[in-house]
Amino acid sequence: MAQLAGHYTYWVTVLLMAAGLYILIARGNLVKKLIGLSVFQTSVYLLYIAPGKLIGGTAPIVDAAFQVYSNPLPHVLILTAIVVGIATLALGLALVVRIREAYGSIEEDEIIAADARDGDRE
Amino acid sequence: MIAAHLPVLLVVVPLAAAPLIVLLRHAGIAWALAVAAAWFALGAGLALAAEVARAGVVSYHLGSWPPPWGIEYRVDALSAFVIVLIAGVGALVAPYALRSVAAEVPPERRYLYYAVHCLCLAGLLGMTATGDAFNLFVFMEIASLAMYILIALGRHRRALLAAYQYLVLGTIGATFYVIGVGLLYLATGTLNLADMAARLPAIEGTRPVLAALAFITVGLSLKAAIFPLHLWLPNAYAYAPSAATSFIAATATKVSVYVLMRYYFGVFGAHLVVASLPVPQILLGLSIAAILTASLVALWQADLRRLLAYSSVAQIGYITLGIGLATRDGLTAAVVHLFNHGITKGALFLLVGGIALRAGGAGFERLRGLARSMPLTCFGVTLAGLSLIGVPGTAGFISKWYLVLGALEAGHGWLAAYVVLTSLIAVAYVWRFVEAAYLSAPAAGAARVAEAPLPMLATAWLLVGACVWFGFDTSFTVEGARRAAQLLLGGAP
Repeated sequence: MAQLAGHYTYWVTVLLMAAGLYILIARGNLVKKLIGLSVFQTSVYLLYIAPGKLIGGTAPIVDAAFQVYSNPLPHVLILTAIVVGIATLALGLALVVRIREAYGSIEEDEIIAADARDGDRE
Repeated sequence: MIAAHLPVLLVVVPLAAAPLIVLLRHAGIAWALAVAAAWFALGAGLALAAEVARAGVVSYHLGSWPPPWGIEYRVDALSAFVIVLIAGVGALVAPYALRSVAAEVPPERRYLYYAVHCLCLAGLLGMTATGDAFNLFVFMEIASLAMYILIALGRHRRALLAAYQYLVLGTIGATFYVIGVGLLYLATGTLNLADMAARLPAIEGTRPVLAALAFITVGLSLKAAIFPLHLWLPNAYAYAPSAATSFIAATATKVSVYVLMRYYFGVFGAHLVVASLPVPQILLGLSIAAILTASLVALWQADLRRLLAYSSVAQIGYITLGIGLATRDGLTAAVVHLFNHGITKGALFLLVGGIALRAGGAGFERLRGLARSMPLTCFGVTLAGLSLIGVPGTAGFISKWYLVLGALEAGHGWLAAYVVLTSLIAVAYVWRFVEAAYLSAPAAGAARVAEAPLPMLATAWLLVGACVWFGFDTSFTVEGARRAAQLLLGGAP
């Protein structure tokens, strides 16, 4: 039990990961799919950042008074990953806007039906 | 002086060209800059390949921080080989794009097309040159985001949906990869691939390492469109602008396969991946399924671009088949086929772009009797098609030959027979083109179309020429691939 509680950040990570992927697969609305994708990506931020923190650790500045340091590298990595995530979400939403202009819908089944009516015309 | 910085200039020059193009907002200047950046990358890539052949490994320390603390760019026999492929195709597609983009992309968006093309080139080259796991992820996303935009620039509204689907699946793939890297980082405390490889044996077989292997495999398989994770590929190839399709089809999936090889043999090591886990068996099974199903699906496509897209899935199956064999000849075949299929598919899509431009599409009903009005294009498609099949005298034959040798070396005689027999399906789908273009009468009332514009035809024929050239002169491809295979099996990244 103590082990379960001690690793609670991992449980949150796994929960977010599964929830994000589930939304992505289960929903037909293109915007909701992107929300799922974002939740899924966010879970990874947690996976990296949580182990970087040591309880009682300080910033990594060499000083005789301190022995325990937190690792700053995961934060830097995740800053980059957050930027990538924002770019992906922004591009995804921009595509949804264009899809809505072209098809008049953001529901996946309606769009596929519209394409099927279209046939193989160029 | 400048030569010492080639590994980073290779990436920085195309990367810097992109914002410059956006600032200048002029399609003509944009095109010239994109061509210049692409040719610079090719020159840098060839110089690096020569340096690697002479000195072994070229290691560049970004900001002079020594690895494993700083980011290291590391070019060895395998990455130099892939860099030459990417930069070579990039240098031909950029001049080709002038006419093709002018016909397919609205005027106000043309300069943006070239900006994104440069970003895509920089991303793919960065993925190949870097020796840092997280840096690789960033370049993967730069290349992928650029590709989503390139695909969305297609004329048909289906291009938008294809780009969206690719964005969703591609992001899942990249996120899986980054989860795997995160687990490896937690387990080893390093992101430098060479350093990681040195630290992994001590914790080999622990659960985080195995989970990382699984996540990285699935993530990269999505990016590389390894069967059955290829669902994004056919629509993306069919609806993107012709120049974009040619570039992406020739390079993008190949780079992901390269990264997969790098992780399997350079980081995790053959002793873990091949000897103690059933990874080769899984890869062989998937490859066998990919080759058969994708080739058969290709046969029934009504559009030449979709046919070639499904054929790409099958051809990636041949590459992973070589990886699954995990012998010296098998890996040589995988690396050679990575290159040969890249130039073959690049040539085919460049030529089909010409057809789409003149005939208004690449549906088979438009191809009827096309050889009379577009003889050079159709002859080029036929020649490159022979290379796709693997007819002796073409590049495709060389890869199939080493694949058969690799299968025999691994003691799978039936697999060698399978490679030869499935090539017959490729004969059938290439024949569909020959039958339509050469043996069918043009549809009644169809307007006679002109031959493809000279710049498009010339660049495409350069690649067709390469398909034939590398069928005879294998000193670059096979020797390069053999050194790469040696390197992979030697265990050093």
